[in-house]
Amino acid sequence: MTKNEALINYSLRIGDTCLILGQRMSEWCSNGPTLEEDIAMTNISLDLIGQARTMLTYAGEIEGKGRTEDDFAYKRNEREYFNSLLSERPNGHFGDTVARNFLQSAYFYHFYNALISSKDNMLSAHATKSIKEVTYHLRHSAEWVIRLGDGTSESKEKIQNSFDEIWDFVGDLFETNEVDRLLLNEGISVDQTKIQQEWNSTVTEVLTKAGLTRPNDGYMQTGRLEAKHSEYLGHLLAEMQFLQRAYPDAKW
Amino acid sequence: MEGLTQSSKDEIWKILAEIPDPEIPVITIEELGVLRDLQINNNKIIVTITPTYTGCPAMKLFEDEIKNTLLQKGYSDVFVKLSYTPAWTTDWITDEAKEKLKNFGIAPPVKGTEDKGLLFSLNKKNIPCPRCNSLNTTLKNQFGSTACKALYFCDDCLEPFDYFKCF
Ligand SMILES: [Zn+2]
Repeated sequence: MTKNEALINYSLRIGDTCLILGQRMSEWCSNGPTLEEDIAMTNISLDLIGQARTMLTYAGEIEGKGRTEDDFAYKRNEREYFNSLLSERPNGHFGDTVARNFLQSAYFYHFYNALISSKDNMLSAHATKSIKEVTYHLRHSAEWVIRLGDGTSESKEKIQNSFDEIWDFVGDLFETNEVDRLLLNEGISVDQTKIQQEWNSTVTEVLTKAGLTRPNDGYMQTGRLEAKHSEYLGHLLAEMQFLQRAYPDAKW
Repeated sequence: MEGLTQSSKDEIWKILAEIPDPEIPVITIEELGVLRDLQINNNKIIVTITPTYTGCPAMKLFEDEIKNTLLQKGYSDVFVKLSYTPAWTTDWITDEAKEKLKNFGIAPPVKGTEDKGLLFSLNKKNIPCPRCNSLNTTLKNQFGSTACKALYFCDDCLEPFDYFKCF
C-alpha cells in the first residue's frame, strides 16, 4: 500500500461517516419532536454533509482520476463505504438518535482535536474547521443525554435501553489496520488508542452526570475497515442514491 | 479585458467589498471576513474566499455573486478559489458589522466567551437582546434558523431573537 492509497482510504473513512450520519439526521427533517429540535437536527445534518463534501472531494483529488464528491457519494456500493457501523444505525426514537449521535460526536470531537496536528495540511485544515461544528453537536447531544437520563423514569429507562442496544457498535470506532500504521508513522493520522481513552472519559463523565449505567464492553461488532456493514446501510444507500441510479448524471 | 493594473486591482477590490452576504444582506462579504484575497495573474482575476461553515449553503451563492457582479462591470476572466487555512472565525467580523447585525435584529457574536471549545454550556453567558438590550435572556436552542445562529428569547421584551454564534 502506498501513502496516497492510505490517505485516500483515511479521507473516505472520515467523509463516509459524516455523509451517512448526515443522511440519517436529514431523515428527521419535518419529523422532529419539536420545531426547535427539527431545526437543530437538520442543521447538524447540514454540517455533517459539508464535512463529508470536503473529505470526499479531497479523496478524489489525491486519487487523480477525476472522481468528484458526487461520484463518491452516489456511485459506490455498500462494500465500498468506510463509514462507522455506529453512523448507519437507524434513527429509532429520539433517545436512540441522541445516544448514537452522542457516542459518534464524542468520537469526532477527540478525533478532530488530535487531527489538527496532522502533517497533512488538508486534514489539519479540515479538523481545525470541523472541531468548531462538532463541539456544538457534542454539546447538543450530551445535554439531551443528561436531560433524558435525569428526566422521568420513562425517559431514563428509554435512553438507558438506547445505550445498551447500541453499545456493541462502539468498538468499531477504534479499530485500526495498516492504513493507520502507515499514516501514523508519517505523522498524518491520529493515535486511536489515545482517542479511545479520551472518548471513554467523556462518555463516562456524561453518563454519570445523567445517572445512567455505562454498558459493559462485551463482544463488539466490527467491519468499518473492511467496508463490511450491517443490514441498514444498503437501505440507506438505496434511498440516498435512487435518483443518480435511476437517472445517471442527472443535473439540477 | 486587457492590461489589468494596480489601479484596476483596487477598483475590483472595491466592487467585491460591496457584495452583500446573501443571507444577511446588511453586511458585506468583506465585513463578514469571507473575502480573503485578490490576485491578478496574466489578466486573470483570482478571488480567494473562505467558507464560514463546512456545510454553508451560501458558499456557492458567494461564488456566483462574485462572478456575476464582476461580469456586470466588464470583468469576465474570474476564478474563485476556496481557502481553508486560516479557518474562518467570527473574530474577523468587524465592529461596524456587529453594529449592523444588531440593528438588523441579530445579536452579534460576543467575543472571548466560553462558546468555543467548551463541552457544556451549563454556565450560560448573557447575550444582550438586540431590541431592548436586556441581559435577561434565555438560550432556547443552540441551533437556529441558519447554521450560524442560535435561538434566544428575551425575558423582558418577550421576543425571540437570533444570536450569531461564536466560531
Ligand atoms: Zn428584549
